[in-house]
Amino acid sequence: MATNYSAFNLFREALSGHKGWKPAWRSPQLRSEYDVVIIGAGGHGLATAYYLAKNHGVRRVAILEKGWLGGGNTGRNTTAIRSNYFYPESAALYDLSVRLYEGLSRELNYNVMFSQRGMMVLTHSGPEMEMAARMVNAMQLNGTDAELIGPEDVRKRAPILNYRADARFPIHGAIWQGRAGTGRHDAVAWGYARAADQLGVDIIQNCEVTGFLIEGGVCKGVETSLGQVRAGRVGAAVAGHSSVLAGLAGYTLPIQSYALQAFVSEPMKPVIDTVAFSPANGTYFSQSDKGGLVIGGGLDRVPSYGQRGNQPTQEAVLSGLIEMAPALAKVKLLRHWAGIVDVTPDSSPIIGPSGVDGIFLNCGWGTGGFKAIPAGGYLFAHLLAEGRHHEISRPFDPVRFLTGALIDEGAASGIAH
Amino acid sequence: MQRFTCPFCGLRDEREFRFSGEAGKTRPDTTRDVSDQQWRDYLFANRNPMGAAREVWVHQPCQEYFIMERDTVTMDVIGHQQLRKDAE
Repeated sequence: MATNYSAFNLFREALSGHKGWKPAWRSPQLRSEYDVVIIGAGGHGLATAYYLAKNHGVRRVAILEKGWLGGGNTGRNTTAIRSNYFYPESAALYDLSVRLYEGLSRELNYNVMFSQRGMMVLTHSGPEMEMAARMVNAMQLNGTDAELIGPEDVRKRAPILNYRADARFPIHGAIWQGRAGTGRHDAVAWGYARAADQLGVDIIQNCEVTGFLIEGGVCKGVETSLGQVRAGRVGAAVAGHSSVLAGLAGYTLPIQSYALQAFVSEPMKPVIDTVAFSPANGTYFSQSDKGGLVIGGGLDRVPSYGQRGNQPTQEAVLSGLIEMAPALAKVKLLRHWAGIVDVTPDSSPIIGPSGVDGIFLNCGWGTGGFKAIPAGGYLFAHLLAEGRHHEISRPFDPVRFLTGALIDEGAASGIAH
Repeated sequence: MQRFTCPFCGLRDEREFRFSGEAGKTRPDTTRDVSDQQWRDYLFANRNPMGAAREVWVHQPCQEYFIMERDTVTMDVIGHQQLRKDAE
C-alpha cells in the first residue's frame, strides 16, 4: 500500500532521509482474464480505470499501454482546462470535467496543480465582439461561468498583450471564463495511476495490443505482445491511434489523425497569470509555475502519425505569439513537440460502442483531450460498467454520424480544433 | 519546409497544398436509394492509415486535384498520380 501524501508523512519521511517512500504504483504481471481491459494508459484510460473501480466497484481491470503511462498526448499538451463551449451537450460534458478537476487533488491525494487562473478569448473587431456576446450568452444559459469584458479589463488582466495603436489585430475585448485555468499534465496521469493502482487496477506498461479475440462476432479479449488476455468488455482510449485499433478489429471511424504542436520557452519572470487566446492570430499562451511560456496553436494541415511538427505551423503560431505580445519577440524556445490527435468531422468526441460487440470507444477528443480527462474517464467508466450511456455522454455516441445529429463545436465555438 | 509535386506546376512549397480526403471513395449513386450507413461511410468514415496512405490533394494556386501517396509516419512522398482523364 502506497503512503498517503500529507505534510505529516513528508515530515516523517524527512527524518529518515526520504528513503522510505514506496513506488506510487505496482508493476504487476499480466493476468489471463479481466472484467474490463482498457487499451491506452493516457489520462483517459487511467481515469476510466479509476472511476470503474471507485464508482462502479469493477476491480478486475487492466490497462494495457504500448509505451509508458502518460507518455502520449497526456504528456504533450498545453495543460489548459476550460469549458467555454457553445452547445448545451458540450457544456454539460466539459463543465463536468472542470468540476471534477476542481476536487481532483483532494480526491486523488495527489496535487494536480489545477490553477484556476482564468482564460480569455480575445476579440479583435466590433463584429467579433457581437459574436462574443452571443457566445457568452450561450455559455451563461448552459450554466458555465462566462463574462464579456472590455479592452480596459483585458489590459488590467494581461498588460503584456499588444495595445499599440498600429496593432494588426487591435484588442476590442474578450470572453472571460474565470474557472478555466491550467493543470500539471503529468500529475493528472500519475495521480489517476496511483489512485487506480490502490484500488487494485493492473497497469501493464510496455504491452502492445496486436489484435482482438473475436468469437462469434463478439470481442472476448485482446492479443498483446505479452500474450492473450480475455475480457468481459474492452475499452479503447488511444487518441490519435484509434484508427489503428479500428483496423485491427474491423470497425470504421470518422477520424483523421493530425499532429498538434506546442512550445515551451525558457523560464522567465512572471509576465502573464492567465491563459490568453487570440483566434485571429491562431495562438494561445500561458505561463507555467516554472516560468516557461506554454504556447499552442492550430493543427498541422498535413495528416500525420509522426510525433513532430512541420514548419509552416510553427511559423504561424510563433508569429501569432509575437503579434499578440511583441515584448516576447526575443524570448527563446526551450522545447517543442507534437502529439497525434484524433480529429472528428464535428470537433466533438466519440464515446460509445464501436460497432463490434464488446469493444467500446473513448476517442475523437482532437485538440482538447487533456481538459476532458476526468469527464471522459467518468463517462467511459459508466459505459463500460453499465453497458449503456450516462445522460451526458449519450449525445456523443458515434451513431450521430449516421443520424446527422452532429455537435459542430469546430464551427460554433470557434475553438482552434 | 516540405515540398510536394503538383503534376501541373511541379515542385512547390507545402503551404500551397491542401489535403482533400482519402482516395478511392465513390459518392453513392443518388439515382437509387442510399442508406444512412452508405452516406455515413462516404461522408465520414476514414481508414486513416498509419504508414502508406493514398490521398487526394489539391494544389490551391492552380486548383489541380491529384493523388499523392505518402507515408504518414515518416512524411516521405512515395508517388503521385494525376486525376485528369486526359492524363494518359
